[in-house]
Amino acid sequence: MIKVVKRTQMSAGKRALLQLLSIVLALVLTGLLLLLLKYNSIAVYREMFYGALGSLYRVQQTINKMIPLLIMGLGLSVCFRSQFMNIGSEGQFYMGAIGATFAIRLIGDRLGALTLPTMMLFSFILGGLWCLLPALLKRYYGVSETLVTLLLNYIAIRIVSYLQYSAWKDPEAYGFPKIANYPTAALLPKVFGVHIGWIIALILVAVIYFLLFKSKLGYEMAVMGDNLLTARYAGMNTSKILLASALIGGGLCGLSGMIQASGIERTMNDQMSSGMGFTAIIVAYMSRLNPLALVVGSFLFAVLLQGGEYIQSSLQISSDIAQILQGMILICVLSSEFFTEYKLSLRHKTGDGELAHE
Amino acid sequence: MNDLTLFLQLSVQLGTPLLLATLGGILNEKVGNLNLGIEGMMMVGACAGFSVAYNSNSPLWAIVAAGFAGLALSLIYALATVTFKGNQMVTGFALTILGTGIANFAGDKLSGLTLSAEFIEKVGIRPIRILSSIPLIGTMLFSQSNLVYVSLIAAVLIYLYMKRTSIGLIMRMVGENPAAADASGVNTTLYKYIHIALGGFLCGLGGSFLSLVFVPRWQDNITAGMGWIAVALVIFSTWNPLKAIFGAYLFGTLRALSIKFQVISFKIGDTNIVITSQIIDMLPYLLTIIILILTTLSKKREQQAPAWLGRPYFREDR
Repeated sequence: MIKVVKRTQMSAGKRALLQLLSIVLALVLTGLLLLLLKYNSIAVYREMFYGALGSLYRVQQTINKMIPLLIMGLGLSVCFRSQFMNIGSEGQFYMGAIGATFAIRLIGDRLGALTLPTMMLFSFILGGLWCLLPALLKRYYGVSETLVTLLLNYIAIRIVSYLQYSAWKDPEAYGFPKIANYPTAALLPKVFGVHIGWIIALILVAVIYFLLFKSKLGYEMAVMGDNLLTARYAGMNTSKILLASALIGGGLCGLSGMIQASGIERTMNDQMSSGMGFTAIIVAYMSRLNPLALVVGSFLFAVLLQGGEYIQSSLQISSDIAQILQGMILICVLSSEFFTEYKLSLRHKTGDGELAHE
Repeated sequence: MNDLTLFLQLSVQLGTPLLLATLGGILNEKVGNLNLGIEGMMMVGACAGFSVAYNSNSPLWAIVAAGFAGLALSLIYALATVTFKGNQMVTGFALTILGTGIANFAGDKLSGLTLSAEFIEKVGIRPIRILSSIPLIGTMLFSQSNLVYVSLIAAVLIYLYMKRTSIGLIMRMVGENPAAADASGVNTTLYKYIHIALGGFLCGLGGSFLSLVFVPRWQDNITAGMGWIAVALVIFSTWNPLKAIFGAYLFGTLRALSIKFQVISFKIGDTNIVITSQIIDMLPYLLTIIILILTTLSKKREQQAPAWLGRPYFREDR
């Protein structure tokens, strides 16, 4: 008889191997699906790989997609660490973009070199506040943050649409619904052909790594995330920890919105996230809230996105392949995690010899 | 027929896919599974329904195919969350991404195709004699596709099933306290699988209403976020299928408002108030947040989310 039993901690190496295997499984399953739809799956994968990493330009494009995923992933990791299940990264991203655009409308380029830092500050604050709202509702009224953060996404996107189509519409755009382009001082400069968002992202990886694993607040977040009562008995100020993690997490997602607006779009619009806020949730989850693993995870998903975009033009295949792959990888990884916590064992009738089958 | 009756008819049409998907969501959540994959299941339903409708010209097969496409996707979710105890929230997201991807990908070949006039006549709007000529509400209620009636009947049946049958009671128990259900000999896994699958079927059906009746064509991203409104509606209706009818039509009306009027402006006193369609589109989500806060505060037991919602159940953890 097969029985499911809890296993003791699985080693990190084994875990990584399991993840790798489930990604391979997802590639195989999607490949079969492609074959079913009469495509040469090997050719599709090769082309995707080439499209994402085949030349310096393409690598730069991939890095462009990796930056927002990484920064939002960091923000989400902070929230998830203290069990604040924030799935509102998409909305916080847009609120950050609103903050940055608002700063521009307020100060223009009068502040010169201080323009970018001001925009960053505004975007961090607005994104943070957008995330603080559900945290307050959770803390004081016990309202589920999962649902509130999810719903706030759609409200934020509609606010951006509203600003783009009415309030902040550029009067000089011949009636076209767009917000005026940022002045030059508000655009992120480039280093090695990619806007400096990548440098900011790497600095943030170090900062968040320190925050989560080396600081007192990070330790408290982990304790609270593990067990709220333990944290209370230990005399921690759980409200403060919750609100701090929401503010930092939402703030980082907001900052990522500013970086996308300034580095890529040169303005704000209601399409600019193309769902990356949701992808970031997946990346954060798969990377087990570890900033270093996030670098790898966000790169992997950026390759998928960029590769998918590339085959659309080169093979005339819809870029939806990338979406299918993302979904498939995630489901395989999520299912495989079962085996990190449980194992199947064959139980003999005598009951004393348990054979582990992994 | 005047503008108002047509507007009400449109509201009900926009409410119907929402209602079907919301019922699917309620079935999921009542057994303790938060399924954020509704959008994905609606997408594959819309795609499969249209594809079969185009090739077979049979309304029955088209609807069955749509339902089973949603069901197939929901089984992936059930496998990952019930059997493998995966994180429900993230799995739901994955399901939406996967479903949207598959539907858009497979739908590439379907765009531009139209259904036969014969098919549209069968599933499209069919006024019921006499009843449809009732002033004001006649067109709204009795000049509709048969799928509208199916959705209403489904809502009533699910309500009766949940509140009046013993299996329905057990099913709610699985969502509230799976350990207790397990201890009294209930096969919680089976209950979860069946209701998740049924929910998937309804979501697929909801999606097909768009591609077979409302549009009726295939478009990329045809559901356009309706699945997320349905997630909100499940909460808005406080997990009650009858209130879901009201909620779905209310949200349908809001959607109809924003489609019909890009800008509404009126005067209160001296100030000119301008409401654009983007602001109207915000309302369903805003209202849901308010309802969510109010129901959490009211502490009325039957209005709360199922106690075990979103958590996996593993026997050894008891």
